[in-house]
Amino acid sequence: MATKRAALKRKDLLGIEPLSVEEIHLILETASSFQEVAARPVKKVPTLRGRTIINLFFEPSTRTRSSFELAGKRLSADILNFTASASSVVKGETLLDTVLNLESMAPSIIVIRHPASGAPHQLAGACKASIVNAGDGMHEHPTQALLDALTVLQKKGSIRGLNVTLVGDLAHSRVARSDVLIFSRLGARVTVCGPPTLIPLEMERLGARVVFDMDEALRGADCIIMLRIQVERQTQAFFPSIREYFRWYGLTEERMHQAAQGAIVMHPGPLNRGVEIASEVADGPYSVILDQVANGIAVRMAVLYLLSAGRG
Amino acid sequence: MVLLIQNGLLIDPANNVEDRMDLLVEGGKVAKTGKRLRTPRAARVIDATGWVVAPGFIDLHVHFREPGREDAETIESGAQAAAAGGFTSVVCMPDTQPVNDNEAITRFILERAAQVSPVNVFPAGALTSRSEGETLSEMGMMREAGIVAVTDDGRPVPNAQVMRRAMEYARRFDLVVMDHCEDPQLSADGAMHEGYYSTLLGLRGISPVAEEVHIVRDLLLAELTGARLHLAHLSTRGALEMLRQGKKRGVAVTAEVTPHHFTLTDAAVVGYNTNTKMKPPLRSQEDVRALIAAMKDGTVDAIATDHAPHNIIDKNVEYDRAAFGIVGLETCVSLALDRLYHRERVPLRRLVELLSTRPARIIGVDRGHLSPGAMADITLLDPERSVRVDVERFKSRGRNSPFHGWELRGAPVMTMVKGRVVWQA
Repeated sequence: MATKRAALKRKDLLGIEPLSVEEIHLILETASSFQEVAARPVKKVPTLRGRTIINLFFEPSTRTRSSFELAGKRLSADILNFTASASSVVKGETLLDTVLNLESMAPSIIVIRHPASGAPHQLAGACKASIVNAGDGMHEHPTQALLDALTVLQKKGSIRGLNVTLVGDLAHSRVARSDVLIFSRLGARVTVCGPPTLIPLEMERLGARVVFDMDEALRGADCIIMLRIQVERQTQAFFPSIREYFRWYGLTEERMHQAAQGAIVMHPGPLNRGVEIASEVADGPYSVILDQVANGIAVRMAVLYLLSAGRG
Repeated sequence: MVLLIQNGLLIDPANNVEDRMDLLVEGGKVAKTGKRLRTPRAARVIDATGWVVAPGFIDLHVHFREPGREDAETIESGAQAAAAGGFTSVVCMPDTQPVNDNEAITRFILERAAQVSPVNVFPAGALTSRSEGETLSEMGMMREAGIVAVTDDGRPVPNAQVMRRAMEYARRFDLVVMDHCEDPQLSADGAMHEGYYSTLLGLRGISPVAEEVHIVRDLLLAELTGARLHLAHLSTRGALEMLRQGKKRGVAVTAEVTPHHFTLTDAAVVGYNTNTKMKPPLRSQEDVRALIAAMKDGTVDAIATDHAPHNIIDKNVEYDRAAFGIVGLETCVSLALDRLYHRERVPLRRLVELLSTRPARIIGVDRGHLSPGAMADITLLDPERSVRVDVERFKSRGRNSPFHGWELRGAPVMTMVKGRVVWQA
């Protein structure tokens, strides 16, 4: 592989925000070359043989955790899955204690998902192992944004100048922040759309245009990213009902007419069919949702590899 | 004991004095001030050349955690921190465990202070029973025992009718009602100021309006009841505007600002250091500029620390789960000198008003001036002395300061209570 000697010159991957455009391109190029591995009958390279990766998940996750696990395995690393949920909190062990205990097992990389924004950042300073943020609270989910960018790149050939529209719960979505950052940094025109209760302040400064009307937000969109709506937000008075939400912010076939020719639809999963996206759209020709999942493994292989390579 | 403080720059706003003068202390009181006073026999002489000699500083807002959370701070450790920070008096908030809502707790605090504290400790009593916001505390009996103010600091009374009754009742005992202004529904679950940085960091925001809504209510109630209202730790531009309007209308209102609110902005939260988490939260650059302007023009009456020590186990956790509050006693005066005097050109005289003269009037104690016969509570400052903040050297048990490692220009050099030197650099 051409990128074999490349490396990220940083210890941790905490978010898209600290990454330069060059670093983003390096990860995406490396991921493209790792995709070839998935096409082989034996889907494994010896790159990280002998290294230990700990997947530390404080929140339930199927997709991201399996994706990181497969990525590590395809690189021949030893993987330890540690699902902490709330149990350690009940026992009174702090997050830092939990992680320092795991660190004594000498992992090269700790992949962490945590419900508190900033948890990976707080740990990064205290750990020798590389920390990879697999989603922290409402903050960032950088590997999701990287796999989204890779998917758009593959479908559209380039990102610069594209119209990318995100619709849904921007306020509570870590995917949204990472996506807005990566697509605006790569030169796309980013629009965010949702009810005003779910759009945080000053999204413009993150690089996005804010539009409350979905038809307007979709007009000319080359790429539509639908965000998952958590039904419990309804009881917290963010919107009145699922029916009302779908009426104004659900992605339907009809609304797809607003989008540009050849537009693609993405969703980080898991889907709420009939809440934010109609089944015809999720299963329709514009949907690249399953490509996203496949690309997730390649992107995570690239991240694990580039962080390890940087540390010799 | 006779003590002569020579050649200092004496700043005593209450007596309209700002001049190079000597100050003679006898029997724990100020005997006289004047130019080139003769040195009495057996007097201890303190050469204050280059120093400021000011009436002792009074912090209207500290949390000493005793009784209940002595792991975080005791009356002794807190009072030593006060002395080391140049303060001769503190007002300790009632949110101890149990809450200081009755005379027995008030007397306990005062007795402990009499045994262990180098500085004057003036307790504030709770406004409502257990600070639950429902029934009035026995403020009359607490007043007799020695409280100087009433407040449900940290747990502002949500019910406006209860607040009205509390204000009316407090008038009978000439107690100032202090309030931490926050609408708990509006600030619910918030961890920082709502704005660009809360969006960037994915933390729930606390809008300035959560503070301002409550201030409007309190000002109207103070106007209605004639109570003396003191607004704690104002942090927003809008809050200052309301304060200005209230004063113009003749409401008996005063207000304080903390050093962290005039020094830091919400940008400090980047990196998720939990020592940037407090209520009210660190605000925007625009708010900071407004706070400094309001201290310059006299709208704000006092600088108070909201000294809130926490055990490290309550801070060394995820940002969302971390306790609110930071320590402030041992950094306040240096921050005021560095940021306000040196950088913003706030006159020293104004700083003395903010740290001593006006706080004394707010709680109605005969302090904050250096008239002959006054209690010799004196703070000496060296405006040019550079210090490096080191939390490991704090007298406070709290290490939760965002200023660790900061180099600051200007510092207290000596603290004197009732004519006795209780701390020197």
